[in-house]
Amino acid sequence: MRKLLSGNEATATAMKQINPDVVAAYPITPSTEVVHYFAQYVADGDVDTQFVAVESEHSAMSACIGASAAGGRTGTVTSACGLALMWELLYVASGQRLPMTLAVINRALSGPININNDHSDSMGARDSGWIQLYSENNQEAYDNYIMSWKISEHKDVLLPTMVCQDGFITSHAVENIELLEDAKVKSFVGEFTPNRHLLDGKALSVGPYDTPQFYFEHQYQRAQAMIKAKDVVAQVSAEFGKLTGRNYSFFEEYQMKDAEKVIVVLNSSAGTARVACDQLRAKGEKVGVLKIRLFRPFPMEEIAQALSHVKAVAVMDKCDSFNGMGGPVFVDVRTACYELANRPMIINYIYGLGGRDVTVENFLHVYENLDKVVKSGKTDNVYRHVGVRGVN
Amino acid sequence: MSNMVEIRWHGRGGQGAKTASLLLADAAFAQGKYVQGFPEYGPERMGAPIAAYNRISDERSSLHSNIYEPDFVVVVDATLLSAVAVTGGLKETGGIVINSEKAPAELVDQLEGYKGKVYTIDASSIAGEELGNRSLSNTAMLAAIVKVTGVIPEAAFMKEMEASIKDTFSSKPHVIAPNMKAIERGLKEVKGL
Repeated sequence: MRKLLSGNEATATAMKQINPDVVAAYPITPSTEVVHYFAQYVADGDVDTQFVAVESEHSAMSACIGASAAGGRTGTVTSACGLALMWELLYVASGQRLPMTLAVINRALSGPININNDHSDSMGARDSGWIQLYSENNQEAYDNYIMSWKISEHKDVLLPTMVCQDGFITSHAVENIELLEDAKVKSFVGEFTPNRHLLDGKALSVGPYDTPQFYFEHQYQRAQAMIKAKDVVAQVSAEFGKLTGRNYSFFEEYQMKDAEKVIVVLNSSAGTARVACDQLRAKGEKVGVLKIRLFRPFPMEEIAQALSHVKAVAVMDKCDSFNGMGGPVFVDVRTACYELANRPMIINYIYGLGGRDVTVENFLHVYENLDKVVKSGKTDNVYRHVGVRGVN
Repeated sequence: MSNMVEIRWHGRGGQGAKTASLLLADAAFAQGKYVQGFPEYGPERMGAPIAAYNRISDERSSLHSNIYEPDFVVVVDATLLSAVAVTGGLKETGGIVINSEKAPAELVDQLEGYKGKVYTIDASSIAGEELGNRSLSNTAMLAAIVKVTGVIPEAAFMKEMEASIKDTFSSKPHVIAPNMKAIERGLKEVKGL
């Protein structure tokens, strides 16, 4: 079905088609619209979801944890400080191995307060035991959201999943989208049948004190589940590809075959980077783009393989780690490449913080500097910024 | 992408520039186009200058930046001419459409040497006369930009707008005809063609 929808409406539509048992949410810009649309579906009887209008994001995540522990299919939506307020419970959800999905409409964390896009919210939660999928546009946000339920609920995974898209840039932009029929979504996602839950009539405790005799083993199991999630993401994505013709990998390779200079990027700016790449390809430059979709679990071996023939890489981070050495995507990509026999030179660019518009020129600037790195054979300062006044 | 038309809207918060850009996106989408419609977001304040954008093309555009070199600019509020660089980056092969009762030649001085085409439409008066409210000028502005750009055939645009307005105002059927009249006049009363 060909439609014209914003990223938020696309997410809300997928949510309606999935018809979860419980949605608990508290509105925050720019994700508010998703809750707004969904509350309307509930009021109109389009879904039979139990909608819980909670008093905070801490409560939203708590309610989802309760619902999931009781065997319900559940999810929520948030942005920025809302995600920060969920922090304590993010670990509880993944630690108790409770499947659920969280649509993150990426927005900068305070302070100073800012309502616009960057990835400081979800990047901060990258090690909370949640699977993370990133989406370039409304179509990917919709597709990833549908897939996320199946990934999260898979018996080898049982980990909560975040589906991220850029606040305002895609959440509030209307673009063409292909929707699936309701019945197709329902049959793709299937019924949620948890192995054990609080309401199945057998004695079960969820979330009791975990003594030193067991806690470590449980953490090990959580870590193993995250490793296994990679195969499940591949499997669910392949099934989705069969259904829709839209094929998703852990990352998308654009002009990578013979690329010598590559930009690694995720979410909405990837498309802008491809336009810069096309302009330079037209001049005969061997440039490429690698767009990460699956950030947690991190597809370490596959990314290393994809970059093994490349001379220089710029990893883009829409989030600063304030650690004196570079952003989160950079650190992981660089680590992934450590085992390569001929590893590329790798630099980092912090970009687009707090809604700073990200342009084709920004990416041309990055490619130009990659060219300097290749020609000089030196990375020099690896921790760089693009688009910030007074710096470049 | 050679066939892509990029449009930048300038208005003030509350004047409906964002809504007009979304309606244009709807109408172009209904003609089989790939479209983007998006506003520049910040703290939303009534009366503050805002911008909104459209990309209309035959293939999907993967760009997700603002538009710096538009083919066309729409100015919903002529007081912005002295407040915002509305012709910034505007291609001289394109044009600018301004909501004003003046003739295009009278406004050229305020356009910082812009050499492309200048159009005016008295959308506020049309809104005042047809809708009883001069601030509801965005529908006539929308019609004017459709006329000037030719991105959508006029008949198809009218049909699409009628369906869209009927849908939006299903609980207020008495406002459908006046809105359609404002659109019709918007198509007819552009000066500078």
